[in-house]
Amino acid sequence: MQTATTHAPGHAHGDAHAHHEPGFWQKYIFSSDHKMIGIQYGITSLLFLFFGFLLMLAMRYQLAHPGQPIPFVGGLMEKSLGDDMAKGGVMQADLYNAFGAMHGTIMVFLAIVPLLFGAFGNYVTPLQIGAPDMAFPRLNMASYHLFFWGGAVMLSSFFIPGGAAKSGWTSYSPLATMADSNFINGQTLWLIGMVLLITSSLLGAVNFIATIIQLRAKGMSWMRLPFFVWAQFVTAFLLLLAFPPLEAAGLMQLADNILGTSFFLPTGLVVNGSQPDVSGGGSPLLWQHLFWFLAHPEVYVLILPAMGIVAEIIANNTRKPLWGYKSLVYAVLSIGFLAFIVWAHHMYLTGMGTKIATFFQTTTMMISIPSVIILTALFISLWGGSIRFNTPMLFALSFLPMFGIGGLTGLPLGFNASDIYLHDSYYVIGHFHYVVAPGTIFGIFAGIYFWFPKATGRMMNETLGKIHWFGSLVCMNGVFMPMFIQGLRGMSRRMYDGGATYFGSGVGADPGILRLNNAITAAAIALAVFQLPFIFNFFWSMWNGKKVESDNPWDATTFDWQTPTPPPHGNFDVEPVAHRGPYEYSVPGSKKDFTPQGQAS
Amino acid sequence: MEIPYTVKPRPDTGLYNAKVGIWLFLASEVMLFGAFFSAYILLRVGAPEGFWPDVATGWPHGLLNIPIGTFNTAVLIASSVTVVMAWAALKENNFPKFQKFMVFTVACALGFLTIKTFEYNEKFTHYVIRMKDGSAVTGHLNIDGHSPRFWSLKDVEEKKLEALKVEVDIPNKFRFPVGMKIPEAVHEAHKSGKHHEEKEFKVADIASLKAFVPATATFFAIYFTMTFLHGLHVLAGALVLAYFAFLGRKFWQQHPEQFTNRIEVAGLFWHFVDLVWIFLFPVVYLL
Repeated sequence: MQTATTHAPGHAHGDAHAHHEPGFWQKYIFSSDHKMIGIQYGITSLLFLFFGFLLMLAMRYQLAHPGQPIPFVGGLMEKSLGDDMAKGGVMQADLYNAFGAMHGTIMVFLAIVPLLFGAFGNYVTPLQIGAPDMAFPRLNMASYHLFFWGGAVMLSSFFIPGGAAKSGWTSYSPLATMADSNFINGQTLWLIGMVLLITSSLLGAVNFIATIIQLRAKGMSWMRLPFFVWAQFVTAFLLLLAFPPLEAAGLMQLADNILGTSFFLPTGLVVNGSQPDVSGGGSPLLWQHLFWFLAHPEVYVLILPAMGIVAEIIANNTRKPLWGYKSLVYAVLSIGFLAFIVWAHHMYLTGMGTKIATFFQTTTMMISIPSVIILTALFISLWGGSIRFNTPMLFALSFLPMFGIGGLTGLPLGFNASDIYLHDSYYVIGHFHYVVAPGTIFGIFAGIYFWFPKATGRMMNETLGKIHWFGSLVCMNGVFMPMFIQGLRGMSRRMYDGGATYFGSGVGADPGILRLNNAITAAAIALAVFQLPFIFNFFWSMWNGKKVESDNPWDATTFDWQTPTPPPHGNFDVEPVAHRGPYEYSVPGSKKDFTPQGQAS
Repeated sequence: MEIPYTVKPRPDTGLYNAKVGIWLFLASEVMLFGAFFSAYILLRVGAPEGFWPDVATGWPHGLLNIPIGTFNTAVLIASSVTVVMAWAALKENNFPKFQKFMVFTVACALGFLTIKTFEYNEKFTHYVIRMKDGSAVTGHLNIDGHSPRFWSLKDVEEKKLEALKVEVDIPNKFRFPVGMKIPEAVHEAHKSGKHHEEKEFKVADIASLKAFVPATATFFAIYFTMTFLHGLHVLAGALVLAYFAFLGRKFWQQHPEQFTNRIEVAGLFWHFVDLVWIFLFPVVYLL
């Protein structure tokens, strides 16, 4: 937390900032320093990550023990959310739906994206390109505050009559419009929250792209950019161009909810046996198209920055250059383009016709190629390296096979024929979570352990880190691997009793499949336990961790390690100049096994 | 370290930061309005044959006032020209000339919004009345000499009216609703060739009364959403331009180059707002 508070004399930027030490509000809340904003994003979204995880734990308990009161928090839930939601501490169907929708929304929009893009992107990108700050520091501050209020609106929706949004994170119409009859309901707040979050992301994306284009240091040509910066660059473009259609869709659904329009309500709609008083003539498919036009690129928003983090850490800890840097760059650019033309593979079941399905099936297979190139290049980078197995590296290394499982299990979902069977089953949950949980979140953990010494001047504890890594790796697989089996057996992802209705008795009885629910829940609880060393380590190391002996504790080459620790306002003492590529490790003939980008020959 | 290229362009890109920023922002705006235009196309193509209100979910035609729309288009195009003149005046170092052109631009923007408000009001006081026999008329109500806004049948019942006076739109070849089943009372007027005629309908015969508001038909929904969003952009642009015109002198004196850049960036945004309307006008008024 001490980051960016040191105000090096003569390093103020812009005429708005005088040369005096700013007060508490300006320093921590209304800061326009990219590093403080990065930390604000980081702390807020880590809290959201934890909260989203707790929602999931409550749901998992209900799935394994349907109809039994949730231990520890059941009473609290009954008191705060009411009898309709948690009578006697038991999770009711409505509450399960609300938690499900909010778990997805919070994890994607309030935790992972802000962590990768808001926290790491903000903190590291300007440092790595050798810039004093973002191109538009005050816009950057506005992004964070919009994000914060978007999150606050989302959270407040739990406590209004009718509870939070219950129509899934995808909010398909007409369900999303018809699920609640109150004028201001959870869905309305969800939409208002989303509009704020989208606006925040758009401003952030504009800022990132402008910064990377304009503020690269002298000599920092495009092909000398660290791969992390490339990943952020493409991510920013995805956010910039894919989010506005969802904003449009959100505004239209908001109109459906509060003005009574029929953008997404078809003619002849019947709800609970009667026709609602709406004009009809709308199209539910329109919502799905606009939603997935964002939400597929969003998947790449969730993974590309994590790949960037992993690439940095692998290059650093194998002590050799990344294998195929240019292929990595072109692959990430190809993903950025192809990400916009694969969205309808989420909609094979809508009866779009075989010709359209074939198109999206083809593009989906095409986009797997650059993803495989990235993964392969990272794997080959390990070859012949003298690997340092520190905590960031362990997380980065486990990212590779975990993302591999996530990617490969995605192929059957990309094919029309197999997707029709697997769609909406636990298989999809398993696939998606392999990509984002042991994939992206491991990338995030790797990044936290890696850049923590730059932000605080202290190392995180290695032993606790290794316990955290090992427990998380085992438990993540314990949670998500059985879901493939459940999905292949045909278990729907939307049953709040864990499938007991279908597999409990009668013709299709399959107690084995139900027992997997207990195994998954046990693994999830164990996963929660293994996060405790991390939480302790994070705070303890901030004040008591081992002090770094130099500004470059990992012997890294990129600009982010050439700044003072923690970097002051304005970042660099002397204007950085790039003389070489980003990963010159173990250059034959040089004295040290790393040659920083700023080192003249 | 100062943030570089806030005023002077970066040599290898030839752009200063804000110009990169505004073009990126406009790219996202294109995607925003693009999504609405796509929605418009999908909803319209998905509508059944026949015109609203004849067909309940059909697509209305000819409801918007084309001459007024054309005039508003001209107003916006004029403002787009003057915003460039204002910028050019700054390049000539002539601040009073800049102010004149900028004030004219802002006046155009406000004129556009005023006209749009009257158009909106015309819609809010315009009604579609469906009879219990399945026929329908459109027109303005006549309640004590004026047509109220946003009425429904409930308001008529609250007023305890027995009959409703309506300034009926007479269907003809050029105006909607082409093949609509019209009440007997309007048959005669149809032959007269007039555009409007006042008729009286028994409230007991009326099945529904709805103003031309977003909830009434999908066309209104997309029309109001798109034009309102565009209107918000006009308003935002006008506020920014007015700020520069009236409160910009001091900044201009201190940082002339940066001020000129700001006008250029604001002008780019203004052109974009204009351009959206140039697509919006033919799509919702003419097609």
